[in-house]
Amino acid sequence: MRIIPFIISTIITIGLVFALNKKWGSIPAIGMFLSPQQGFWQNAQSIDGNKNENIPYKNLKGKLSVYLDERLIPHVFAEFDEDAYFAQGYLHAKYRLFQMELQTFAAAGRISEHLGNDPRFINFDREQRRSGMVYGAENALKAFESDPVSKKLYDAYTAGVNEYINSLTESSLPVEYKLLGFKPEPWSNMKIALFLKQMSKTLAGYDNDLENTLSKPGLSFDDLMQLNKQVPDSLVPIIPRGTVFDSPGITPVKPLNADSLYFEKKDTAKVIQYSKPNPINGSNNWVVSGQKTRSGAPILCNDPHLELTFPSVWYEMQITTPNVNVYGVSFPGSPNIIVGFNDNIAWGVTNAQRDVKDYYEIQFKDETRKEYMYNGEWKQTELRTDTIKVKGAPPIYDTIAFTVFGPVVYDRTFSKELSNNKAIALRWTGHDQSNEGMTFYKLNRAKNYDDYLDAIKTYTCPGQNFAFASKQGDIAIWQQGKFPARWYGQGMYLMPGIDSSYQWQGFIPQNENPHAHMDSGFLESANQRPVDSTYPYFIPGNYITPRGISIARNLSSMQAITVDDMKALQTNYYSVFAEGARNVLLKYVNDRALSTEGKKYLNMVRGWDLYTTPNSMTTTVFQTWFDSLEVCIWGDEWKKNSLEMPYPAEQTLLEWMNKDSAFKYVDNISTPEKETLNDIVTLALQKAIPELMELQAGGKLEWTKHKDPTIYHLLKTSVMPFARKIPVGGWSNVINAVTTTHGPSWRMIVQLSEPIEAYGVYPGGQDGNPASKFYDNFVDTWAAGKYYRLWFMKENENKDKRIISTLTFTKS
Amino acid sequence: MRLILSLLLTATLGFLAGLRFEWWSIALVSFLVALLIPQKISVAFLSGFLGIFILWAVLATWIDSKNGNVLSFKMAEIFKLGGSSILLILVTALIGGLVGGFAAMAGSSLRPAQKVRRY
Repeated sequence: MRIIPFIISTIITIGLVFALNKKWGSIPAIGMFLSPQQGFWQNAQSIDGNKNENIPYKNLKGKLSVYLDERLIPHVFAEFDEDAYFAQGYLHAKYRLFQMELQTFAAAGRISEHLGNDPRFINFDREQRRSGMVYGAENALKAFESDPVSKKLYDAYTAGVNEYINSLTESSLPVEYKLLGFKPEPWSNMKIALFLKQMSKTLAGYDNDLENTLSKPGLSFDDLMQLNKQVPDSLVPIIPRGTVFDSPGITPVKPLNADSLYFEKKDTAKVIQYSKPNPINGSNNWVVSGQKTRSGAPILCNDPHLELTFPSVWYEMQITTPNVNVYGVSFPGSPNIIVGFNDNIAWGVTNAQRDVKDYYEIQFKDETRKEYMYNGEWKQTELRTDTIKVKGAPPIYDTIAFTVFGPVVYDRTFSKELSNNKAIALRWTGHDQSNEGMTFYKLNRAKNYDDYLDAIKTYTCPGQNFAFASKQGDIAIWQQGKFPARWYGQGMYLMPGIDSSYQWQGFIPQNENPHAHMDSGFLESANQRPVDSTYPYFIPGNYITPRGISIARNLSSMQAITVDDMKALQTNYYSVFAEGARNVLLKYVNDRALSTEGKKYLNMVRGWDLYTTPNSMTTTVFQTWFDSLEVCIWGDEWKKNSLEMPYPAEQTLLEWMNKDSAFKYVDNISTPEKETLNDIVTLALQKAIPELMELQAGGKLEWTKHKDPTIYHLLKTSVMPFARKIPVGGWSNVINAVTTTHGPSWRMIVQLSEPIEAYGVYPGGQDGNPASKFYDNFVDTWAAGKYYRLWFMKENENKDKRIISTLTFTKS
Repeated sequence: MRLILSLLLTATLGFLAGLRFEWWSIALVSFLVALLIPQKISVAFLSGFLGIFILWAVLATWIDSKNGNVLSFKMAEIFKLGGSSILLILVTALIGGLVGGFAAMAGSSLRPAQKVRRY
């Protein structure tokens, strides 16, 4: 034995193994990570495709086979519904586990637990919990576990996810777990509820109540409502104008002291909000009756606009049992098909954009937050202490006070010191007990309009426009959700929360939700206000007007519509907003005041065909000019009054310029001169010129190069090689609504003929594994505006050559 | 001869251990092989190093070619290796090789010192 070499080499070996087995900052444990038998190499699957698998499962009830086709779309055939949802959970986990976990960690405010000790993560987690995401999920869980049908469905789904998780070994863990150095935890029905709450937050969690409240010293309520114009002149509502609405079943009454205690009360609390959903989460859907189509069968189209990510928020599949035969896209993290079709009907959703979120100013008795003033007496809060685990640091304990209004989000312990024991509680319909999954469970099985209506009428949050078409030939749309019945102005600002007088007095009765059902013509929704001004309720929301105009204009002039026409419409780049805005710009611009460069850009806009195509340079010129105009119009007032809300909708500005060229915001209040609209429009272009010249010099004047649309992996910029640039045009106000990271996350066209003819595509791929050829194989098809014919498979086609592998489940 | 023998033994046993045990089982394997087969310490290091280096290089290359370099390219970008799959394979093999080499050195130095036989 040679003692010195032994000691030295042993120390080196142990040191090496130790160092290589440990995560250093963002660098994974290198030894483990690089090991070809355990590490990331194990995720590099063979590109030859998938192999058949036999999967034993002890609680299997009957026959269960999954046929994966050449696009890796699973066609699930089961004798029993439970087995089918078990398979759905299993497949979601097999292809999208990391995504499912990350989304539910975010929903539950558990980001710091995995991503580390960073104030951004911790504040995000605290805000999630304080705004009642977990509380809302617990309520949802109660609702869906108390219903025996949905309990069975969720249990089966959860069992499927867990069956897959339990089959994982160190080497078969998805690569993201290896990169981040953690392991999946067991799935649960609570996680399904959390996932659905995260969707509710994304789609029904946007409002500006607190920002509006801060604007009170500078803007009157009338000013605010002018800037948040409720019914734009150009609005093409979802429910056709002229529809007669029932007289309201509930008439909310404004409190007598509202003027002094609410509208004109100016001392307000200022808090910091950490994560706000993207306000342009939108979507298009429309249905045309058989009268307008070449085949004589109705056609339904839907393209929900969401964050475009790898993996996609959608997972495409077919589920077939004796009770259901449905095809469409599902959310990994939740059972059922969310957007799709079955043998009899098709449905699609867009976001309602309604404000279902209000804040109340609470008065605590003292710093303990144990009591708050309510209806003249001190009432007990319910205090709940959450433990926020933090990776690499001790846990944080956060105590949240619950009131009759809801959870207290902001108080002296969070976000900003609030003086005098004041605090802000949140009332949100997303907190209420509801069973959204049941709506989709029933829609998946619906045979006709009555079934559809029965499916959607209990649906609560996030409010959606459910478009419907059936083989019987009828078409329909309902804006469905649980919407508070508000008095005029209620909830635009933070409300007094010392008694019940400012609470919601009730909800708009379900049958009064905006709807239309017919067998001729067409119906469309694109996040616009659903109704004209004759609707008897005050329904504020974050509405988007232009796409609805575009769709309605196209559909009204179209006859003998084919599927190809619908493809062209879904991918249409024409900007109806720019059409109106250009007229105004050209009318007011003073071209003699422009430099040669300015004249050149102006001429480009003059000659523009108004299509926001990928290589259109004029789109960039127009958009930069209009953005500059918005700053010139609003920037001075926003600065003077320290306003924090976003600028008004561009449609509001456009209509104002059209109607009144001398409206009060035109003048730049920070200069002594009195500017006219001519001055401002011209100045806006002059200010845009340097930016445009710089873009041009850098070869980035083309629209797609300028906006640089990108699909990021969920881990964002830390894994750029997992991302893809997408060379597409469009904008949020254009039917083909691709912005920079956001857009049509699934395009679907269903012609309800016999047999059904359906097309679809989403920008991603079925397999979340970045090593798979199915990771991003739909992206180019989607970017080119092309579609896949959707294969609504019958089980006797299981020898079809499109099937690349079969998963057979057997009872163990 | 012994070099080849222990190298092959290290690679084979390393592969088998990797099927069941943690990645650092390569250290134990290299250690044991060097303990059993008499070699000079420097030769033992070389055989442990090369045994694991070759094992990991072959495995990684084989997996990578079946995957069409898809993942290795992306990983080589993330780890700033200029998207070079070959470089990533070499780094992989080098890391494994170092662990194998030093472990073999430790195993070999645990043997009783013996005179180097001359033939």
